[in-house]
Amino acid sequence: MSFELILFYLFAGVTLAAAVGVVTVRNSVYAVLCLILAFFSSAALWILLQAEFLGIVLVLVYVGAVMVLFLFVIMMLDISREMLVERFVRYVPFALVVAVTIAVEMILVLQRGHFSNTALYEQKPLPDNYSNTEALGELLYTHYLYPFEIAAVILLVAMVAAIVLTLRHPDDVKKQQVSQQVRTQASQQVRLVKMKSEERP
Amino acid sequence: MISLKHYLVLAALLFAISLAGLFLNRKNMLIMLMCIELMLLAVNLNFIAFSSYLNDLAGQVFVFFILTVAAAEAAIGLAILVLVFRRRQSINVAELDELKG
Repeated sequence: MSFELILFYLFAGVTLAAAVGVVTVRNSVYAVLCLILAFFSSAALWILLQAEFLGIVLVLVYVGAVMVLFLFVIMMLDISREMLVERFVRYVPFALVVAVTIAVEMILVLQRGHFSNTALYEQKPLPDNYSNTEALGELLYTHYLYPFEIAAVILLVAMVAAIVLTLRHPDDVKKQQVSQQVRTQASQQVRLVKMKSEERP
Repeated sequence: MISLKHYLVLAALLFAISLAGLFLNRKNMLIMLMCIELMLLAVNLNFIAFSSYLNDLAGQVFVFFILTVAAAEAAIGLAILVLVFRRRQSINVAELDELKG
């Protein structure tokens, strides 16, 4: 058994165990921590697959941003009452049947000789000065430039949507009415008063 | 030697586990969102495995876009979750049945 294979089984085992933890742990905070572990070991697997850039992006974006967002939401929501609520126990057999069926079906499909064909699916050794980030960037900024820009717009729309959805407008707080400010006329705001200048005493 | 099949089987198991999680955590919308994230992770693993074993970087570009869309989905999903909790004081999916669908 080669060293790489040992690493693969280690990371794969940790990923699967963490995934089981996510779906079975009762406390939502522990579930998020298990999810972080799953993402982290998947990032290790991706680096094992020579996708270093995406592995680092997974750690930075997911563990660093999205999971922290999940944690913030859990702490904001005050769902301590929800944490101990029992699950739908009657769905356990159904869930197990569906999950096991899907897993067995997918693995059976993979047992066909096609996917074991090492001549077809073979990792070619990369040159010494190969940089995954550089190669990905070259592809992203040439062939996939428009999809890249659309992805940026999607992120912008998501940001605007999240802010608009969660912004509160309490009634008892003084604030600017921007539309009224813009609509206002000079005649409503300024009053010209004619008066005589006073004489010097 | 690790073959492509190792990674595909791992992704299949990960997908099945997160699917079971969707059924098991019907009461907690937050954990349902996390299970969707896990499913996307399994799909991404497939993409990267094929990209690596077919020596084609296009798969990794697609993983990049999937990560973008998944981050947007998580942000909007959590915003909707916060709204639901503000109105109902609960994130129990079984109670969200006003549309009678």
